[in-house]
Amino acid sequence: MKQLLAFVRKEFYHVFRDKKTLLMLFGVPIAQIVLFGFTLTNEIKNSRIVVADYAHDYASQEIIRKIEASRYFEVVKSNMSHDQIETAFKTGTIKIAVIFPANFYNDLSHLNKAQIQVIADASDPNTATTLTSYLNNIITDYQAQKAQQTKVPYLITPEVKMLYNPELLGAPNFVPGVMALVLMLICAMMTSISIVKEKEMGTMEILLVSPIRPFLLIISKVIPYLIVSIINLITILVLSVVLLHLEIKGSLLLLFFESTLFIISSLALGLLISVRAESQMAAMMTSQMSLMLPTMLLTGFMFPIENMPLPMQVLSYALPSHYYYVIVKAVMLEGLGFMSIWKETLILAFITTVLVVINLRSFKIRLA
Amino acid sequence: MAAITLDNIVKTYGEKDKKVLAVDRASFSVEEGEMFGLIGPDGAGKTTLFRILTTLLLPDSGTASVAGYDTAKDYTKIRNSVGYMPGRFSLYQDLTVEENLQFFATIFNTTIEENYHLIKDIYVQIEPFKDRRAGKLSGGMKQKLALCCALIHKPTVLFLDEPTTGVDVVSRVEFWDMLKRLKAQGITILVSTPYMDEAVLCDRIALIQNGKILSVDTPENTVRKYPTKLYAARSDDMHRLLKEIRSYPDIASCFTFGESMHFTFRSDDPHNIEKLKAKLNKAPHEYLEIKEIQPGIEDYFIQISEPAHE
Repeated sequence: MKQLLAFVRKEFYHVFRDKKTLLMLFGVPIAQIVLFGFTLTNEIKNSRIVVADYAHDYASQEIIRKIEASRYFEVVKSNMSHDQIETAFKTGTIKIAVIFPANFYNDLSHLNKAQIQVIADASDPNTATTLTSYLNNIITDYQAQKAQQTKVPYLITPEVKMLYNPELLGAPNFVPGVMALVLMLICAMMTSISIVKEKEMGTMEILLVSPIRPFLLIISKVIPYLIVSIINLITILVLSVVLLHLEIKGSLLLLFFESTLFIISSLALGLLISVRAESQMAAMMTSQMSLMLPTMLLTGFMFPIENMPLPMQVLSYALPSHYYYVIVKAVMLEGLGFMSIWKETLILAFITTVLVVINLRSFKIRLA
Repeated sequence: MAAITLDNIVKTYGEKDKKVLAVDRASFSVEEGEMFGLIGPDGAGKTTLFRILTTLLLPDSGTASVAGYDTAKDYTKIRNSVGYMPGRFSLYQDLTVEENLQFFATIFNTTIEENYHLIKDIYVQIEPFKDRRAGKLSGGMKQKLALCCALIHKPTVLFLDEPTTGVDVVSRVEFWDMLKRLKAQGITILVSTPYMDEAVLCDRIALIQNGKILSVDTPENTVRKYPTKLYAARSDDMHRLLKEIRSYPDIASCFTFGESMHFTFRSDDPHNIEKLKAKLNKAPHEYLEIKEIQPGIEDYFIQISEPAHE
């Protein structure tokens, strides 16, 4: 225990005496939160849409055919009840829903105006706005077509309802992504660098020729970065609430629990890199190429996973950050409880366990 | 009981097609309480031997034991009982002198106070700088700190890989004085050095080159094994002198050695030296000086490592 404490204290000295490390650890999260807030946009294809047609008449069928023909949408189910649509949104299987009220064509032909309800999942605001504008275009298109045939133009008003994030704030979408990114970056990169540094400086040689157990060595490398990461997590959350006016809907405790799980998996990934890498530079490159970029591109917070080619999608499902992103979105933005994310939690826990076991087995007790 | 034994240790590096032989069938043993020197040039295999003995590397074949424990099987026991100072300065540069010492004391399950008597002589010299970062110390200070850290847990065997390389002459002398005092406390010391003048300070020495152990003996006996008479020559024009001596047919070996050159004859003819002088005086050198000298360890080293007359 004394050994562990001495070791952890030593690690903290390393962190706090190196300005570059400090900047990396605490500057990067803040910079990313601010940067990503302004730069994320996306284009969406093949989004799953639910069409609930209570009208079943000539006009509604025509519009539905147009939606089906569009490359932006993939009609999954029709004629769902409001409750069914609600659950479909919660499970994340659909992004948007369109509801035609009864007597749609009647209203249109007699009053020359009618309404359509559009519901979008706005926990991802970019997707939501893009999708509703696509839908608007289809409807306007239909109106223009009809205007040529009749004297009095039809007026169809889509009534748009944004679920989960009615004000369409950008922040809610990227905060979970930045959390995944920053935690991954800090944990994996910094741990791998710190172990490789011991190799480079030759101190690993002395540590190996000492009574210290590999397990203790790994643990004492992991603890400081776990603490630093949790501080970062708090920073991000505070920034999101204060600066970006984001409301954390779900349980904070659950969020911290899930984050710790994800942090441990990232730390394990970092350790894994450090076993192979021979120089700090190599460790940095490896963690950037193999962890940071995939996390950024494949987790789903920048580009929707549905639009990726299949191999990329498969890769995305192998990333711990993918599940963490889903979990954080569910807990933070949608206020869901553990019961709705237990599957993702289980997968994340499984990946973490596998990584930790691989680490304990692959730790080299000798130099070569 | 021997503190360290090596039996036919072989170690190669690299892949199958490009294997480099680092240690070639090395065998020797070090007695308890002995100060044993491993003498050889850079790249001779000294560091590899140290790493095998400190359980950092496994040999390809052969066995070794330290403090009675097998280096392959009982590596944890060895790691508990030896002190190791690698050739490169291997402490935490961003930690202060005191923090480094404290850290190593703790991971070896001891305290500075407990074994202070062991490091006292050395530590008092660096104590004025105890709040300075280790990376900002001079070369000699660094080595003293590294020695303190290697000693803090009262090891039974101490491994010092080139502890005086890159250290000034005064600090080198001090360092060897410290080693003598440690030896007096009963600690077995295996030390390597590329400096032949330090070899005489050891109880016994092993000469190593290209991974092979060439000889194991006391420094005195090592020198006594020198087979022929050795002469030293110097003059105002060393370059010409070297060429002339080398071209003399009866010369077995001749090489520059500091400010003079050392040479040997092929035969034991007592008139060798007059004949050579006569030849050299055909074109006289100023201040020509030739005399028979006592061979040193370096002379012996060159003599046995030189495969043939060049």
